[in-house]
Amino acid sequence: MSIFTGNPENQRIRMIDIILLACIFFILYGVVHLSAGMIIPFSVEHEPKVDLQLSLLPYYGGRSLLRMFIAFGASLIFSIVYGYIAAKNEFARKILIPLLDILQSIPVLGFLSATILMFINFFPNSLLGVEIASIFAIFTSMAWNMTFSVYQSIMTAPKDLREAAELLHLNWWQQFTRLELPVSIIGLIWNSMMSFGGAWFFLAASEAISVLGQDIQLPGVGSYLAAAIDAGNVSAMIYAMLTMLIMIFLVDQLFWRPLVVWSQKFKVEFSESDVQPSSFVYDILHASWLMDFLQHLLFAPILCFLNSCGNMLANMTTKITGTINGNKNQKSVHRVLRLFIFILVIYALYGPAKNSAVMVYDMGLHEIFTVFSLGVYTFCRVIAALAIGALWTIPVGVKIGLHPKLSAKLQPIIQIVASFPANMIFPFVTIIFLKYQLNFETGSVFLMILGTQWYILFNVIAGAMSIPNDLLEAAAVFKITGWKKWKSLILPSIFPSLVTGLITASGGAWNASIVSELVAWKDVTLTATGLGAYVSQATTAGDWPHIVIGVMTTCVFVVCANRLVWRRLYSLAESKFHLD
Amino acid sequence: MSELLTLTGIGRTFNIKGSANTAVLENVNFAVKEGEFLAILGPSGSGKSTLLRIIAGLIPASSGTVAYLGKPITGVNPGVAMVFQSFALFPWLTVLQNVMLGLEGKDVTKEEKEKKSLKILDIVGLDGFESAFPKELSGGMRQRVGIGRALVSEPDILLMDEAFSALDVLTAENLRRDLLELWLEKQIPTKAIILVTHGIEEAVYMADRAIILSTRPATVMENMLIPLPRWRDKKSPEFLSYVDQIYSFMTKRPTVRESVTAAARIKTSPSQYTLLPNVTAGALTGFLELLEDLNEKTDLYKLADRFVMDIEDFFPLVEMSNLLRFTIVSEGDIELTQAGIAFARASVLERKELFREHLLNNVPFVGKMVDSLEKDTDNKMDIDFFEEQLAEAFGEKKAAQQMDLIIGWMRYAELIEYDDATEKVYLEDEEEEEIDK
Repeated sequence: MSIFTGNPENQRIRMIDIILLACIFFILYGVVHLSAGMIIPFSVEHEPKVDLQLSLLPYYGGRSLLRMFIAFGASLIFSIVYGYIAAKNEFARKILIPLLDILQSIPVLGFLSATILMFINFFPNSLLGVEIASIFAIFTSMAWNMTFSVYQSIMTAPKDLREAAELLHLNWWQQFTRLELPVSIIGLIWNSMMSFGGAWFFLAASEAISVLGQDIQLPGVGSYLAAAIDAGNVSAMIYAMLTMLIMIFLVDQLFWRPLVVWSQKFKVEFSESDVQPSSFVYDILHASWLMDFLQHLLFAPILCFLNSCGNMLANMTTKITGTINGNKNQKSVHRVLRLFIFILVIYALYGPAKNSAVMVYDMGLHEIFTVFSLGVYTFCRVIAALAIGALWTIPVGVKIGLHPKLSAKLQPIIQIVASFPANMIFPFVTIIFLKYQLNFETGSVFLMILGTQWYILFNVIAGAMSIPNDLLEAAAVFKITGWKKWKSLILPSIFPSLVTGLITASGGAWNASIVSELVAWKDVTLTATGLGAYVSQATTAGDWPHIVIGVMTTCVFVVCANRLVWRRLYSLAESKFHLD
Repeated sequence: MSELLTLTGIGRTFNIKGSANTAVLENVNFAVKEGEFLAILGPSGSGKSTLLRIIAGLIPASSGTVAYLGKPITGVNPGVAMVFQSFALFPWLTVLQNVMLGLEGKDVTKEEKEKKSLKILDIVGLDGFESAFPKELSGGMRQRVGIGRALVSEPDILLMDEAFSALDVLTAENLRRDLLELWLEKQIPTKAIILVTHGIEEAVYMADRAIILSTRPATVMENMLIPLPRWRDKKSPEFLSYVDQIYSFMTKRPTVRESVTAAARIKTSPSQYTLLPNVTAGALTGFLELLEDLNEKTDLYKLADRFVMDIEDFFPLVEMSNLLRFTIVSEGDIELTQAGIAFARASVLERKELFREHLLNNVPFVGKMVDSLEKDTDNKMDIDFFEEQLAEAFGEKKAAQQMDLIIGWMRYAELIEYDDATEKVYLEDEEEEEIDK
């Protein structure tokens, strides 16, 4: 497969090639330099402190970026392997897909302290443990929906192509590279882009964290901000935010846009759509002699090598499964295999399950009741956040969606603004709260909205854009305007996308509750009564039983809300308000 | 000549949700010899494509065996290649890469693959397009790539699944001729071609032999040789007589299943329902009006030609009007009955009356529904009640479709009212016509 194939004619070295070459060396050097910082020693006495010097900010930015990309690489590999296995193996699917559903509803931030402790144990006396814990937190915010996307793409691969692949006697590796991977690419890149945007939030949250009463700070933009907050240094806070904005913008322009343009060649339908995405970076790379050179000298041989490895593996496994299938005891072999896996899973789960059961038991019913009522508080906040978010995003989103020119201009800007981690704005809001002595119990709802409103806005815009033009024209002809138009045309048409947006936003709001119900400025801490604050405090104190019960309760709330409210609304949207 | 492919006792049942087993194919037997061009014909939904996929080894048969060169196949048939109706080209691969995929499973060097593929591209008339992507090509050219990809591996048997039906008339004609030329002049080493089609003319034009399948469960109804000399003239009387013959075979309903229905009123097991043709009342009315305009007994194939209709759409109409006894078909000719003439000439309200009467008399399931509703205390029933009865015979998916169809007819006939939100049917209240609030 060719990655960037330049035009074979007019291949000459131009200025742009030299610049690209410089860029490549710069990136390589940067990665080496930044990753060297990951394995410095770490102990309680020797804690690395973030320096508020402005000149160090690019370095911190680089460290943050490196973390994001390592997590992304891991998510990419994970999603392809997991999604592929779930799609291809019926037995595995029965376990993997429900598991993914559960993983998706776990509030990642609640587990952060647990994972940090675990990884510190793996890498004692080195910062690498904390580093990996942070990367792991980012990974868990990216991987799940990427995996779902791969799974969905493979499951819905065109039937005729699948049949053709089989009739052409392609082995599983060839089918994977020619069919399953290509059909997954568009969805995977789109979901990666969304996940990456959402992951900045987790980056900012996971770089500076207190565990067991101890502040751990990883060099990065998030911890720079945290240090600035501790010091009460407003200008340093603004620098951190600007750095974040620049990073988001650069990653979007230099990484995602070219990828989106490239992915268009994996469209399955043959008709060309009218709007083709474009990217100037892609155009430069595409026309560049250097990329062509690298393609022939570096990428092609690597891909070729990978391909022959895969082929060999595929042929080997085909032979092995051939002999197993030839075996008359095939069924019993499978049964033994299943039993073995089952026992393994039970064995692995038994210890932790027993421990947490004992912990919860020790706390007694009263504590459980308290936690549950805290959950109700947070639940109310989530609902309020969604309602207020919907209130402003619906009119604005419809306005944007119905005006193609406006949406073409605003979409990219909204995308970048939406990627900006809301938790980096929290300190500024906190200052305002403190200054005007506002009530934080209701005020934390506002913090929640900051992070979740974008999901609703995006979906409302998409819904409004998909309202068929003839219906709009009919409404105009019959002079249906004002509230009547909203009631009979706009609201029903955007309903399905609105529900999708609300579902995503509610997931985000639960996750955000952990950072938005407890905020600090200098020495002052504002706390709102709720499950998020409860988990947050338990994390700081390193109080295991409370972390476990807090996170479990959150899971229960999220899963119940999904099953009881969102699924039903979703099927209503599917059946009643489905256009065409 | 030796037998390339032998099908013995092929049956296929699908486990459709809601019903035990629905048989699609039943006891299909035939053989294909070297040098033969075989066409498989059948009404829509008769399982032609399923049969082709069983031959290809893409889906296993529930009973019976497919043998290639005397050996029963397990898994994908090693001797076949297939051309798809939808072309099934990989959009991310170039024309050359698509064709080279045909050799991917073989143990040859890359250079050899490329050489062979270029040669086959030349043969199918795509010289110079090797580096194009499928989306840059027209439909006809895409199908040429599909044919090239199938031929490059030099299969003994070429399977074609409605290979020309996604193309426009002229392009399809052009491609048929080109393929036939390759085949007749032995430019390709293919030993047999099996073409699944619903185009009767296409089958008579191309094939040496036609196998005609019955409706579900499909079995071989007719095995007809077409010994016309090549190249065939589509206007010649011999050609037309073959076309006419096949039309009459395909409209002949086996007496056992003598319409959906008559049997069902007398207490029957649900398996004796047969599928109702998927036709709306409006389409039927239009069809009868046009027949009345013609005002004479007509050959079915001429009629299909005249209406420029695909037989996939045409046969259900004929079946429906026969079922309601508005027309009679004999020996491939169609004629309006007295009732049919009356219907075509009637006003809108009179038509509803006639339609209602014929529906009640000829489709017992409708009568049964009305009976049940009359017996019900508030004359209102869940649609599921009736759908389940159909599901026992056809499975849930088909039953839902049939139910929609029947409800449509009954609403047109003003026999029932239907509330889509609650999924309930009820009898129309004759005294106080309910007006929508």
